[in-house]
Amino acid sequence: MTTRVGHAVFGRPAHPRFPSIDIPEPKMTLLIEKSAPRTQEKPHKVRGKVRLREHLMGWLFVGPFGIVFLAFLIAPLAYALYLSLFQKKLIGGTSFVLLDNYVKAFTDPSFLSGSWFVIRFSLVSIPLQIIAALAMALILDAVTSLFTRFSRLMIFLPYAIPTVIGAVMWGFLYSKSFGPLTDIFGLFGATPPDFLSSNLIFYGLVNIVTWQWAGYYMIILYAALQGIDPTLYEAARMDGAGRWQIALRIKIPLIAPALLLILVFSLIGTLQFFNEPQILRSLAAGTIGPDFTPNMYAYQQAFALANFNYGSAISFALGGIVFIGVYAFLFFTRKRRSFL
Amino acid sequence: MKNRRVLAAAVVLAAATALTACASDGGASGNNAGGNNASNCTNTIPKKNLPVVTMWGWYPNMQLVVDNFNKQNNEVQVCWTNVGQGSDEYDKFQTAISAGTGAPDVIMIEMDRIPTFQIQNALVDIKKYGFDTVKGDYSEGAWKDVSVGDAVYGVPVDGGPLAMIYRKDIFDKYDITPPKTWDEYEQAAQKVKDAGGPLFGDFAANVSALTMALQIQKGASPFTYDPAQPTSIGVKLNDQASKDVLDYWARLAKKGLVGTQDQFTPEYISGVINGKYATYISAAWAPGYLTGAGVGKGEDSGKFAVAPLPQWDAGNPVQVNWGGSAFSVTSQAKNPELAAKVAYGLYADKESLTHGWTNQIIFPLNLKALNDPEFVNLKVEFFGGQQANKEVYVPAANAYKGVTYSPFGQYYFDAMTKQVSAIIEGSVTGAQAADRLQEDVVSYAKEQGFTVQ
Repeated sequence: MTTRVGHAVFGRPAHPRFPSIDIPEPKMTLLIEKSAPRTQEKPHKVRGKVRLREHLMGWLFVGPFGIVFLAFLIAPLAYALYLSLFQKKLIGGTSFVLLDNYVKAFTDPSFLSGSWFVIRFSLVSIPLQIIAALAMALILDAVTSLFTRFSRLMIFLPYAIPTVIGAVMWGFLYSKSFGPLTDIFGLFGATPPDFLSSNLIFYGLVNIVTWQWAGYYMIILYAALQGIDPTLYEAARMDGAGRWQIALRIKIPLIAPALLLILVFSLIGTLQFFNEPQILRSLAAGTIGPDFTPNMYAYQQAFALANFNYGSAISFALGGIVFIGVYAFLFFTRKRRSFL
Repeated sequence: MKNRRVLAAAVVLAAATALTACASDGGASGNNAGGNNASNCTNTIPKKNLPVVTMWGWYPNMQLVVDNFNKQNNEVQVCWTNVGQGSDEYDKFQTAISAGTGAPDVIMIEMDRIPTFQIQNALVDIKKYGFDTVKGDYSEGAWKDVSVGDAVYGVPVDGGPLAMIYRKDIFDKYDITPPKTWDEYEQAAQKVKDAGGPLFGDFAANVSALTMALQIQKGASPFTYDPAQPTSIGVKLNDQASKDVLDYWARLAKKGLVGTQDQFTPEYISGVINGKYATYISAAWAPGYLTGAGVGKGEDSGKFAVAPLPQWDAGNPVQVNWGGSAFSVTSQAKNPELAAKVAYGLYADKESLTHGWTNQIIFPLNLKALNDPEFVNLKVEFFGGQQANKEVYVPAANAYKGVTYSPFGQYYFDAMTKQVSAIIEGSVTGAQAADRLQEDVVSYAKEQGFTVQ
């Protein structure tokens, strides 16, 4: 996965000790803006001057961010969009083709099979990661011992390893000559599975991604769990709820916003799948082609085949798919979310 | 209060200007860091008052070669950077071509890539810059590989005549002599397998250039291209010879006689060290590469030998090449004439050449080395003292006729990888794979604006 988004969950503390995710940040700023004029009981003219100065200050503070944002996000995006409207041929040069590249992308078997792969991959790997993260978070939240802190760290650790290093490491673990699989399966006289073969690469990658990300999601969920007011548990217990019932009826519904948040993160990340397959490609070029995922295909077109135009078109087409996917997801879950 | 605000505003403003200043600074140095900037060489330039030519290359002894050149030359100095090997370098070069800036003056590229860059007008024809003085230093076949039509786009440095590297210990154990033909190769493989021995060779998806060479050996000629008519190209990837070769290897793989492991991977190298493969069909640069990867240094020391490449028709042997590299002058060179002088002179002095071949870093194409008795009679340590050059590589290099490579090498090789991978998976036969490859590459060629014959 390519994007790492962090620290988005910690909003205003509802409870003195624990961060909560129930009330989002934007509402807070809204509150302040509204209340600001109310405190200043001054004539209209003066207020106008203050306003102007405040506006100016606001722009000044936003300025540095705005410049960087324009220069490094908006401008490259606009340029890529512009590029994607042209076609460059080895013979005949560059010509304006409007949306031809997009028409081509959505009829290109390489792009379509790559997109289908990341969609299937999302459907399998995301639920797996979230179930694993949720189970670990609930256990760590329910059990208090010296061991929990250590476990929490250990489960989180894979996220601290760069994805590239993680992929290389798993490449070696999957190896038939260096990896432990040969020894383990050898004990039972069986041949080890080859996770770098075209039949099993899907599961090989699911495993790597789950290993890397489940711990991170666990921390988000764990933080959300810690933010729940403990009096709720007390009340539930007095009403006769057992541990399971507390987990299922109280904890999970209360951390639903955090669950949705990590779902969105993982959906965006998985649709842009790039690092892990690109690294494993050096070990299994036959299994992982240059068009394995849409992002890899865009990279290949732009940097190996000198076709920046088509590469940009693929990037935007993928962006479209991600946008539609995430938007549809947010639309169907709009009642539950409060984090965006 | 007011003062504070002004102060705050000033700080923010200063920070913003500092940021933008950084950005423009970064942009400027970023442009030059690509290749044209003579200030960030890996080597130190001894004669600082001379004009400088920048270059990219990845030979392991490049530092020494550049130092030798700079010491001996009083006209120009070389500023060298290693930006990565093979595809890594090509991707950077490709990006520099698209950007129109950032390429070095001289670049090391494999010969099969020359047409790919030439068609984008990224390389300079160096025939007009003193070609006649060095023409006699290389064979006809070597010049053909760096030429497109009559124009010359590179100076040959390193060749890759193919041969069969094999494990003496395995051959002795199973009582085999080196096969002279591909039929004998298959029989020997069967014999080793029946006796419970290791795999006989490897049919890998990621070595398209090797697969292409083996097809050419049987008579395939994948591309015909006449630069006088640059818009038309002949693509013939599914003729009988191409199909036969793919079917041959598909059969060996299916019977379990050869492995299907990707090469240049730790997995494959460990297999070679541990005697998992009885033979390794590879080029003359392979011993150097294997030594660098740690082969032949432990228990497997002195167990390797080399024999000529098996033939389809023992009466009419055909020799082919895998890889080999050259120095080309890029069209972004500030002074092409000076750059050509570097391309001709670098790695052409005796000291560099000798260091190159004694350490098996290159198989020299320069006839001064190729005909040097010391080189010919060298007892190669990797092959347990066998006179590999005399017995195998020099005759193979001399019989090599050259090949016409395609102007979209990267696409062709990727497409080939895809098809060979499908063969290995068992979803297509060799002949079907050749047909699909033909279809794939022809449609790409048409899309790129070529008329396909």
